[in-house]
Amino acid sequence: MGKQSRRDFLKTSGLIGAGLSGLSSKKAHSGVKKIIADDRMGVLVDTTLCIGCRRCEYACKGAHDIDPGRIEQYDDRSVFKEMRRPQYNAYTVVNEYTDPENPDNPSNVKVQCMHCDHPACLSACIVGAFSKEENGAVIWDEGKCIGCRYCMIACPFQIPQFEYHKALEPEIRKCDLCWESRTKDGGVPACVEICPMEALVYGKRYELLQLAHERIEKNPERYLDHVYGENEVGGTSWLYLAAQDFTKLDFPQLSDEPAPGASEKLQHAIFSYFIPPASLFALLGGIMWINRKQNTTEEE
Amino acid sequence: MSELSEPRPVNHKFLTPGVIVLLILAANGLIWVFLRFILGIGAVTNLNNEFPWGIWIGIDVAAGVALAAGGFTTSALAHIFHREHFHDIVRPALLTAMLGYTFVALGVFIDLGRYYSIWHMFIYWNGNSVLFEVGVCVLTYVTVLYIEFIPIVTERFVGRVDLPGLWARFNRALDKVLRFLDRNINRAMFFFIIAGVVLSCLHQSSLGTLMMIAGQKIHPLWQSPISPLLFLISAISVGFPMVIMESIISHRSFGLKDEMDVLSSLARFIGPLLGVYLAFKMGDMVIRETFVYLTEFTLESVLWIIEVLIGVIIPLRMFLWDKVLQSKPLIFAASLMVIFGVFLNRFNVFIVAYTPSYMTTKYWPSIGEISVTLGFIAIEVLLYRIFVMIFPVIAQPMRRPQVKTKYAIRGIIR
Repeated sequence: MGKQSRRDFLKTSGLIGAGLSGLSSKKAHSGVKKIIADDRMGVLVDTTLCIGCRRCEYACKGAHDIDPGRIEQYDDRSVFKEMRRPQYNAYTVVNEYTDPENPDNPSNVKVQCMHCDHPACLSACIVGAFSKEENGAVIWDEGKCIGCRYCMIACPFQIPQFEYHKALEPEIRKCDLCWESRTKDGGVPACVEICPMEALVYGKRYELLQLAHERIEKNPERYLDHVYGENEVGGTSWLYLAAQDFTKLDFPQLSDEPAPGASEKLQHAIFSYFIPPASLFALLGGIMWINRKQNTTEEE
Repeated sequence: MSELSEPRPVNHKFLTPGVIVLLILAANGLIWVFLRFILGIGAVTNLNNEFPWGIWIGIDVAAGVALAAGGFTTSALAHIFHREHFHDIVRPALLTAMLGYTFVALGVFIDLGRYYSIWHMFIYWNGNSVLFEVGVCVLTYVTVLYIEFIPIVTERFVGRVDLPGLWARFNRALDKVLRFLDRNINRAMFFFIIAGVVLSCLHQSSLGTLMMIAGQKIHPLWQSPISPLLFLISAISVGFPMVIMESIISHRSFGLKDEMDVLSSLARFIGPLLGVYLAFKMGDMVIRETFVYLTEFTLESVLWIIEVLIGVIIPLRMFLWDKVLQSKPLIFAASLMVIFGVFLNRFNVFIVAYTPSYMTTKYWPSIGEISVTLGFIAIEVLLYRIFVMIFPVIAQPMRRPQVKTKYAIRGIIR
């Protein structure tokens, strides 16, 4: 028995090795699309210019096949009493914050997907349903998603919204920078187009950063010297200018490290070319073999 | 000792008051599972956009995987390190792991919004995703566990296949399949045994990596860079206590003589394992200076202290004490504490430690979520009971030690 099983052991070990190496080469071709183009686009939001007219909310719904209702409804300013968050049927919302030092000049903050340069959702997604496109848009692919909601766990901005009310085909819904309907072909996002105050500027991200810093330089008393999104979580496509501290405007305080953090590195370390698992397998196989050998000699 | 025992189907009546309670819990759970598929996740659970994962992931999956670790730790001990002394406990541990992981997979399945697309993970690979690795490892490991169980099935049914009624015509074909498996599977079994241990180490640790991507949303007490290592060591530590707890409960329930000699020698491993776990946990706390959070009186700090004190420190001291190792009530109590500690740790990491960036309401599991979780546990216990009554899993004193047929004794006396 001992001899027989030892030969089998070697034979099967060879097969395992072959199998594992096959597996690892397949893994290298995993089809997650993440493009960080030098001239990727972005949007600069000036929270000091925004008046909270919420036309962007209206236009956004229209651009994404969601019933926007009548435009007059958006003049209702009572919604500002409570902080609102994006919903499955509202990819963007505006919140108003009054500055205690400057009560006549409230800050209005438009909230939507930040379109990170190193998106946590994209890194987390079990099936790679997220992709970062040439123009910087982070989009979701309905054809792949299995609805595990790990993207929601991962996102530091709490952006992906799940359709909990649906028993079938629930979607992960979030701002797609109007990728499908407009920006893919060089158009302008619907919210930017409709903004009457030019509080939103769509352009190349590096140009927007220049513009933002110019504005801060020209009006140092108007702006805080910080462009939110320039470095946060490794940089985002949406950039914000504000008059008061960003934490007071409910922006999360984040480090400059890309949001996937150490988890990706750790994952790749454990699985680098399948060497660690394969060596563990070999080690355990060795221990098993030696113990079995001892056992058979004892019996004989 | 094991020379005088052999695994045999347990002969006992199925229905007891406890079983009836379990049947009710199981039926209630299944009703809520049905409602979840008809009405959707939102109608049955308290999950929302702030708390995308609840107890179905935190308990059914994360804690479920950890508490099923008895399978790979005992199989490593008995088969890889060849400690023949422990052979009697391998089969119960294997059965527990098999059922446990089956329900982990089912738990994931009902929690998926698009459960019917679960096969996507085999064609759309994302090598960066921790969840992808956990998913693939868990599903592969379930398969390995079923393969490891095949010899138990062949041992019971080769030459004894007797299907009722119309199915009887398949008797011969099925018997042939079983005989074929019986002849050939043992030659490849070492491969599956090692694979099972490797896969377990991989996904047990990766479960610890899972919440790292949530960054500052996880409380610093648990957001540790060595989280995967802590998960792996704690999973290894909880394997043997689970085996001890199950052995004591099932032997008592079936009125069998206990296996204290095996259990006490098994329990000797637990103390040192818990010691290593505690050392890493404390070292991590000192290096990251997270002890400052223990000075605040919050839900997180209280639960952390309970987790470490009751789940690690007290049982660690107990398992290093000879008196505990020899006493059935004490070894049972200490094992329960370790199980509770690891359960609470997984619950803490996945539920308590998670604070959304924008929180308007706190998460508390709904009746539906609790019903399904309890229902799944009840079904697992019931299936365990059914399996040990059908298959030769639990070792019992030999009735006729002189009989030496291949199928009755193989695996025990070589």
